[in-house]
Amino acid sequence: MEPAGAGGGLSDVECALVQAGALDQESAGWLRRLGAAGGERQAAERELHGRLVRIALAEVRRRAASTPVTGPELDDVAHQAADDAMLAILAKLRDFRGESRFITWAYRFVILEVSSKLGRHYWRNPPVALDAGQWERLPDRLGIDPERHAESAGILAEVRRVVDEELTSHQRRVFVAIVVDGIPLDALAARLGLKRNAIYKVIFDARRKIRRALVANGYLEEQGLEQR
Amino acid sequence: MSERERLERFLRTDPRDVGCEEAMAVLHVYVDLAAAGGDAAERYPGVAAHLLACGPCGEDFAGLLLAVTSGQRGG
Repeated sequence: MEPAGAGGGLSDVECALVQAGALDQESAGWLRRLGAAGGERQAAERELHGRLVRIALAEVRRRAASTPVTGPELDDVAHQAADDAMLAILAKLRDFRGESRFITWAYRFVILEVSSKLGRHYWRNPPVALDAGQWERLPDRLGIDPERHAESAGILAEVRRVVDEELTSHQRRVFVAIVVDGIPLDALAARLGLKRNAIYKVIFDARRKIRRALVANGYLEEQGLEQR
Repeated sequence: MSERERLERFLRTDPRDVGCEEAMAVLHVYVDLAAAGGDAAERYPGVAAHLLACGPCGEDFAGLLLAVTSGQRGG
């Protein structure tokens, strides 16, 4: 049976678990203050924005080692993310159904904004160009011990053959960018004008196709194929 | 772990994987459950499978969990 994975949707059981709940006191307070008039609302918005800025600054610093964005530009990303998250939260306030604490729901916006903006800013000073095709770096990307590169050369050559001959041109371009050249998925999504999930699905399908070919040609055992 | 096992693990896909959009749609629910000490992976196995396989979504999960559990971050 073809698995429904990578975008197949939550199971019925998982959907049933995501239910609107009774608001906790803190969440109810946020909603009341953000829905109030005048000074009370402005104070709540200032407090929430201040929290979003702190979260965004901490988050870009946490991710600093994995992005070419540095220095003042990193702080700019954080402030832009907080501003855009604030706008989105206020616009979608009526969508909050109490499935989680309000502040967790709100922080999700700023975390996702940080991801998206770091992806877009990647191309201002990219460490590797799109379509570079640095196949010699693949063993390192896969975490293969340098002393054992020689013994893995055969199976990696087969991976490259499958990528070259059996993937579609779109799958090949995405696989090479993400897996071979190490371009962050969000950066590639921004560059190609696609959603993160669209890129992930391509990689998911490519991994399955490569694995099946390696099994068919005797490089991997069938045991464990698409296992959980 | 041998090189072959490492490659096999990389290529292995999980049919429960719900993908990025579904996982991000319930991330706040998943994180609240995890932050409260609940077994989020048991209740949302498709989300858990995705967060293990998808680097960017895994990073978002880690960042949001840290945001709501760290007093210094205003959670």
